[in-house]
Formats: sequence, C-alpha cells, structure tokens
Amino acid sequence: MSLVLNSVSLSRGGEIHLDDVSLRFDRGGLTTVLGRTLSGKTTLLRAIAGLQETDRGTLTRDGEPFGTLPAWKRDVAMVYQQFINYPHLSVFENVAFPLRKRKVAESEVGHRVRSVLDVVGLAAFGERKPSQLSGGQQQRVALARALVRKAGVLLLDEPLVNLDYKLREQLREEFRGLLASQADATVIYNTTEPAEAMMLGDRLVVMHEGRVLQAGVPTAVFDRPASALVARIVTDPPMTIVAGTLDGGRVLFEGGLALDAPGLLAAMPPGRYRFGIRANEIEPVDGGGIAGRVTFGEVSGSETFLHVETMLGEAVVQLEGVHRVEPGRQIGLSFAPERLFVFAAQGEGALLHAPGHGEG
Amino acid sequence: MATIHLEQVGHSYGSAVYALEKTDILFEDGKTYALLGPSGCGKTTMLNVISGLLYPSDGRVIVGGKDVTRMPTAKRNIAQVFQFPVIYQSKTVYENLAFPLRCRGWDKARIAPRVAEIAELLGLTARLGQSARRLTADEKQLVSLGRGLVRNDVSALLMDEPLTVIDPHMKFDLRRRIKQASDKTRHTVVYVTHDQNEAMTFADEVLVMSAGRVVQRGTPQQLFESPCNRYVGNFIGSPGMNFLSVERDGDRLLWQGFPVFSDERVGRLAPGAELMVGIRPEHVAFAKDGVTGIPAVVQGVQHHGNVDVIDAVIGSERLKVKARSSLAVRDGPLRIVLPVERTRLYVDGTLLF
Ligand SMILES: Nc1ncnc2c1ncn2[C@@H]1O[C@H](COP(=O)(O)OP(=O)(O)OP(=O)(O)O)[C@@H](O)[C@H]1O
Ligand SMILES: [Mg+2]
Repeated sequence: MSLVLNSVSLSRGGEIHLDDVSLRFDRGGLTTVLGRTLSGKTTLLRAIAGLQETDRGTLTRDGEPFGTLPAWKRDVAMVYQQFINYPHLSVFENVAFPLRKRKVAESEVGHRVRSVLDVVGLAAFGERKPSQLSGGQQQRVALARALVRKAGVLLLDEPLVNLDYKLREQLREEFRGLLASQADATVIYNTTEPAEAMMLGDRLVVMHEGRVLQAGVPTAVFDRPASALVARIVTDPPMTIVAGTLDGGRVLFEGGLALDAPGLLAAMPPGRYRFGIRANEIEPVDGGGIAGRVTFGEVSGSETFLHVETMLGEAVVQLEGVHRVEPGRQIGLSFAPERLFVFAAQGEGALLHAPGHGEG
Repeated sequence: MATIHLEQVGHSYGSAVYALEKTDILFEDGKTYALLGPSGCGKTTMLNVISGLLYPSDGRVIVGGKDVTRMPTAKRNIAQVFQFPVIYQSKTVYENLAFPLRCRGWDKARIAPRVAEIAELLGLTARLGQSARRLTADEKQLVSLGRGLVRNDVSALLMDEPLTVIDPHMKFDLRRRIKQASDKTRHTVVYVTHDQNEAMTFADEVLVMSAGRVVQRGTPQQLFESPCNRYVGNFIGSPGMNFLSVERDGDRLLWQGFPVFSDERVGRLAPGAELMVGIRPEHVAFAKDGVTGIPAVVQGVQHHGNVDVIDAVIGSERLKVKARSSLAVRDGPLRIVLPVERTRLYVDGTLLF
C-alpha cells in the first residue's frame, strides 16, 4: 500500500522543476523532504496533489494509476507555509469547511470537527475567529482542516516556517502526536531545516535542483551522506568542505595545512579528494591550531555558530552555549582527523569514507 | 550618538492597564540593544516613546542629556527602520541612500563616499544606479536599512522587526549584513524582535519583556546561563531550561532523593518556600563509571543532526538532556550528573544563585 512516483519530470518555461524523480512513500509513515528553496519540494507536492501536471513519468497509488485523476478525486489534503484560514468563519466552521463541501452529514461533521479540534488543542476556541488567535493557533486551525478530512495522503509544505522560534519548537515536538490520528495516511512534510527533517521523519528525502539526491532513514543519511552536496544540505550549520590530496600517511589541504592521516584514510589510494568536517567536530584551542579570524558569530537556540576565515577557507564552528565572540577576533582551531569525511574530488563529490560512531 | 534615559517612563493607551509599566531604563551610548518578547508585551510602545511617535503618559525621556519627552520625532535626530520598507520608488538606490544626507545639508563631495561605504556594507553596490521600484522585497528592506545607517550623526537608530517581511530563507544573510553594518557604524541601536535568535545574535544587551515589564536585562550569555525566572529560562535556549522541584535537607538540596546541591545559603532559606533547581539540557552530564550519578531511564531520543535531545525519566520527573549525536545514546537506563557550577537555584520562582 503506497504512493509511487516513477521517473517523474516537470518543467515550465524552460526551467526544470522535477528531474526524473522516482520515489516510494509508504502508508502510515512520515517522510520529510529536505532541500533549499527552489529545490523542487513544493512542485513535488503540487504534482502529487494534482495541482500541477507532469510532463513525463507515472504516479501510482496501491498499483492503480493516480497521476491521471483530477485533483478533487485524489483524496489528498495539503497545508501551506502561509497558513490560510477563512477570516469571516469561526474556527469550527473553518475546520468543518471541507466536510460541508463534501456534503458530510451534519451529525458527523460536529463529531469529527470536535475530535480534531481536541487533537490540535483548540477544543475551547471553536467559536473564535482566526484573527483572535495567535499565529501558532492559526496554523493549527489550518492543520486541523487538513486532518479532518482523513485523506489518504497528507501534504505539508513548510508548515512552521512563518512561526516564531519558540512556537516552532513547541509545534515540532507536538507534531507526531497531532498526526497519530492519521495512522493510515501517507504523510509528506517539506522543510528547509535539517534538524526538523531529522527529528520528524521516519524517512528522509534530500532534493536539489529538482532531483532526488538521496533517500533513506534520517540518521543513516546524516551519518553517510551520499555526496559532499548532500552533506552540506543535511548539516546545520553547513559542513566545512576543503579540497586536498592524500599522499601515503598525510592529508595535504589546499591552503597549505598538512595532517597525519589516521589508519582508515591512510589506506585509501593517494590522490585528490574533498575532505569534510562537521561544525561540532571543530574546536577552538588556546594557542596554536589552525589560525583563523572570526567574521560573524550567530546564536542559534542554545548554540553559537562562528564563521571563521582560515587558510582552509571559511570554516564553521559550533560552540555549545551562548558566547560573545567579536568579529575580527583571532582564534586557533583544531579537529581530529579521524572525524573527517572523504568525498570524491569530481562532480558532486561521492562519499568515499565516513567516520563511525564513537571514533575520534 | 547619545545615551538614552527613560526616567520613570510608563505608558497607558487610555485604559487603566499600562501597556508599558513605569520603569527606569538606561541605554548606553554606542551599544546595541534588543527588546525581546511575545506579541503585545509592549516592545513597540517602548520604541515609539524613544522615537517620539508616542508621548508617554508618565516620566521623562532624556536623550544625550536633553529632555525630549514632548519633542516631535523630526527634531529628535533619530533614524528609524520599520517592518515594511520606506523608500522612494521613483528614485534610484543611490538617491534613496543619499536623501537623508541631502536633507542634513551635506555637500556632494562628502555624500558620494558615504553612500558608497554603506552600499558596500549592505551588498548593494551593484544596485546603486537602479530604480528602487525594480528591487526585490528583500533588497527594498536593505535600502530602508541603509537609509537608517547612512547618517553617522544620529543620536540613535531604532528598528522595529526589520526582518519580518523577509523570506525566512534569506534571513541568515540579511542578519549577517545588518550585524556587520551596525558593528561598523557604532550607533546606539534599539532593535525590537520576538525572535530569540535575532536578539541574541545582534545585541550587546537583551531586554526580555513580558506584559509591559522588562523581566530581565543582560548580555545574551547572562540570559542563557542565569535566567532570572522560569519564563526567561524557558524562552531563551532550545529546548528551554529544565526546572526540577527539590527538597531541602539541612544545607543540601535533594532531587528525587538524590543530593544535587549543597551550600550554606540553602540552610538559611526561609521555610515553606517553593524550591527548584534549573539546569540547561546541554549542561546535564553522564556519569562515566556507570555507578555514581542519578539513575535515569531514557524514554526517547530525538535526532537533530549534530546533537540528540534525550527524554529522561527520573522517579516522577522528566528531564531533557542534550548530547552529541556521536555518543549514540539509546533508550534504557543511564546515570546522569548535574554539574554544580551549572545548576541554578530558584526560590518561589526567582533566581537566588
Ligand atoms: N494605539 C493603541 N491603542 C490602544 N492599545 C494599544 C495601542 N497600541 C498598542 N496597544 C496595546 O498595548 C500593548 C502593547 O502593544 P505593543 O504594540 O507595544 O506590543 P509589541 O510588543 O510591540 O507587540 P508585537 O510583537 O505584536 O508588535 C498591547 O496590549 C496592545 O494591544
Ligand atoms: Mg510591535
């Protein structure tokens, strides 16, 4: 029982929005689709919803053709990043709207709307107008309207992106609970935030320029990104990636730094590679280390990200806690070579080696 | 540039409730401040009192030693940036940036290099000759910002949620440019936002507000490490601080029967007070030997990428713990440690030490 896309392509006005996309979404699971803006995530959802026609490829559901059905026959509900509610209708009527449109019996409407409002924590707000709610509550109304239909496919396009930081954190935590009532549905959730994609998804799909770069269990994708490009997309702050050569027991980075290669790397054939290191694996050191100059310090939740200019190029360092580091400050950086990822020097940089858990 | 002093300033929009309760606040010369808090807490009210868009119902506003309480905005020598871009659509980007200087009677020879400098800071150099109408929404807001930054003779630069209209995905880049520009110009800046990351990234000092009051004021690091109450502890940081109910046993504090804190000041506390310790999820440690520490049961691990957020249960309480994902913590028993130097004590909801 599943939704399958087979070699789906879609372009408009000479621009490719979906490029030979093949994916399988299983019933009862939540798939997060992670990609930067314009990576094709929204187009993917619109194609599934029947809001945009595909040029090539097929969509099937449980083996039956699906892509040829008109949108209204597809049994698909969608939630957008700009939460859309009907301002003149009460919260209750906003949620009841899709049921009324489908001429569901009045007794059932009342029952279903109340139970969904209960799930999203708005049971007490049925009589209010959307404008009398906070932003987070308004987004929950939009979500409730999608949930109430009990559609077979639920599509969510960056539903939290326009909310305040703390609200986002809270709704993200609640999300799995909110969706528990839709255990039979196929749920697809778009986001640009790696942490959100990681924590919500049973499966993770990474998209870039209309293509699927990798799909799999989130932790597996994070631990073994298929390429340097995927590694950058799934890591926040982005992984620092530097070109260099491996020559016997030495890693020689472009820019001049040389390090002793640990066992597994030393065993790789000599040649040109790209090396990647995650921000939380780089540490500032007192005296020595790789010399760097801080260009920007940024607080993100409980962490501080430092953007540092070094002989290796721009490196991003993740510090635990909130710290003030003035731009221009000189600092030394160090990392354990055991924690390096190794990617091919060519193209998108296919993964050749990933550090394991508990090493280094 | 100047010091701004709100002397016993309060404001009510006519009703008995004060949108801004009477308070004394000093903004020092050349520093960047953020007013942070949820919708309706009085941030804009405070900003408008400083700019003169609003005359306060109580107190005096002193800018650079001068009482400006009843002085109109135009005379206060203040630059402002609002949520929505304020620019001349029919003029070029250059003319837009030069306009505030022309109004001040700067001569052409001085205007050109200053406009070039600000355009460079904001990454607008390539756009200078373009008509403002043809800019994207983000670029228009950048021009608005440039108009605020261009004069180096203003007493203060006030910004009210300048990134609200910006596409969330562009915010990082803009934040960086604003920060670099305002660091360079060293204006006295008051910046209103409801986004903790924005406030903590920009400001030398953050004023956390709630219901018309400044609840805590401090550097981002102080707010993170020593929040003055549960509200601030929860609002700052992600996830927020853990607050654990503890009991007193002489000089010691016991949590679920385990000693977590010992200090002679504990022994001197008045009886009957509600006692809690606060500890941040990232500060909870694991006992390496598996014997010492407090026994906990891991009931769920959320993978966020570089870090995991762990739900731990100890007796009747829950605790969030943040750990490097490379530690690969799994469901099951575990022993945790609350490092004393990271543990804060709250008496009746307020930070004691
Ligand atoms: N012109 C007005 N007349 C009456 N009440 C007002 C007026 N402007 C604001 N208020 C009230 O004063 C309080 C503080 O409002 P203020 O605009 O300062 O909040 P804020 O923190 O800037 O909120 P937001 O984040 O939503 O902009 C609110 O309760 C608001 O409803
Ligand atoms: Mg406001």
